[in-house]
Amino acid sequence: MIIAVASGKGGTGKTTISVALSLSINENIKLLDCDVEEPNAGLFLDLNSIQEEIVTVGIPRVDNKKCKFCGKCQEVCQFNAITVLKDKVLVFDELCHSCGGCEKACPAEAISEINKPIGTITHAHSKSLSFVQGKLAIGRAMSPPLIRAVKNRIDKNIINIIDCPPGNSCPVITAVNGSDYIILVTEASPFGLHDLKLSVETMKEITIPFGVIVNRTIPTYAEVQKYCKMEHIPILLEIEENLKVAKAYSEGKTLIDTIPELKVQLQRIAENIKRGIL
Amino acid sequence: MNEILIVSGKGGTGKTSITAAIASIAENAVFADCDVDAADLHLILSPEIKETHDFISGHLAEINNNSCISCGVCQTNCKFEAIKIKDGSYYIDPISCEGCGVCTWTCPVEAIDFNENSCGKWYVSDTRFGTMVHAKLNISAENSGKLVSVVRNKAKEIAKENNNDYIIIDGPPGIGCPVIASMTGVDAVIVITEPTLSGLHDMQRVIDLANHFSINAYVCINKCNINNTMAETIKSVLENNNVPLLGEIPYDNNITSAQINKQTIIEYSDTAAAKAIHEIWHKYIITRSKI
Repeated sequence: MIIAVASGKGGTGKTTISVALSLSINENIKLLDCDVEEPNAGLFLDLNSIQEEIVTVGIPRVDNKKCKFCGKCQEVCQFNAITVLKDKVLVFDELCHSCGGCEKACPAEAISEINKPIGTITHAHSKSLSFVQGKLAIGRAMSPPLIRAVKNRIDKNIINIIDCPPGNSCPVITAVNGSDYIILVTEASPFGLHDLKLSVETMKEITIPFGVIVNRTIPTYAEVQKYCKMEHIPILLEIEENLKVAKAYSEGKTLIDTIPELKVQLQRIAENIKRGIL
Repeated sequence: MNEILIVSGKGGTGKTSITAAIASIAENAVFADCDVDAADLHLILSPEIKETHDFISGHLAEINNNSCISCGVCQTNCKFEAIKIKDGSYYIDPISCEGCGVCTWTCPVEAIDFNENSCGKWYVSDTRFGTMVHAKLNISAENSGKLVSVVRNKAKEIAKENNNDYIIIDGPPGIGCPVIASMTGVDAVIVITEPTLSGLHDMQRVIDLANHFSINAYVCINKCNINNTMAETIKSVLENNNVPLLGEIPYDNNITSAQINKQTIIEYSDTAAAKAIHEIWHKYIITRSKI
């Protein structure tokens, strides 16, 4: 089973919930940090047996001796990543989506792929928890290939929890795609509500069942809860605004360390997702 | 003209609230919301839309089932696992399709259409503080980096026309495509961080990115009193890396109240946080004038 934890707005508590949920369930769990631009879940875990591997993508290289400078590769490339001049071909690695089109289109077989590193994947353990994290290299623009590489490490026999990147575009879609259930984490504020609405539209489009956790609830703003009720979206949990939690978070302590009673509630959420009640 | 990007790496550190507050202080400025994925600046600046433009970018492939002979060549050639089978016929999952077009020209019977993709809208608006350029990316659309470039180019064009002194950009979280599109070529990056382990970690990555593009980075520590020890750690990291600290903003729940009132913290109340943002902006102006 795969549970993805996502949110439109950043900083609402995705990582906090992903980690707390992973530590609450009394089963073998794999936590996959797919927020590869800013992976933080590992900061909250006591990790051991850490192993790192480099992830690469295929980027074209042109053999100038074979190239006839016909321009076919430039013509098929939808990303302006390859430009053919009179006597040389320029490849813009940052723009390449690794679709392999230029290599297939080249009539002179002058193009081959080289492997270019885009980041790393870290494997580690924290007690019974397996942990996988992707980390995009500085200056690399495209995170989806690395997110896909992290997701290739999903273990279908156990519960997988995916800590997603923020937003609503390609990196998030790549991260949540194929999940059984999505937990949207939001905060009780106008920004939180606005971005939750965008996430809900996205979730409806990709037709994966979802529920909401409202973080940092305050007595003066109940619009998020009202919206969920109106849209018949299940609210899985509400967590009150609490400076003690913020302080503990700042030191790398988990939500379960600070509010142990949440463990039972998170267990119940996981149990209900598993049984298909939500 | 001075083009300033406000970023954070980590989401939720207060980028948009601080951008809005600076918008209410900065004189003769144009504003751009480059967090096109989850834009929030308009919730405070309440823009009155003057121009609406379609953002058309890239293509999406679609199989024409009447011509498809189910040979599977497209599926073999697709690197993005976007071609799927349902009830014996092939179809393209628009969510996984990257728009590379390989399937369209490798199909032996030309059964795949390749249509232009409308990815969102962008706007030029008036606000009580000046002109604002902003955008809305369609649900699950791609090319947010390109939309960011469109927004920035328009803001620049307006600033040139009107002789504005500043372009102030509210940036997206992270360090990937939309952040890179927001950052390349700006005069300065202001990083909003918070005194947490994640805040420190993410701030370092976004400063590394600014260094990668040889852009000056400045830092503000928001919610500084949540953890004073961590705030000190951040300050020493900045000192060791020669990154100037513009100031510290204390935690202030009035920022949420201001947000609920659709106001900047500066407009809402003369709190310690509002004063700190005033000082930060003035320090920035003084620091830049010395360059």
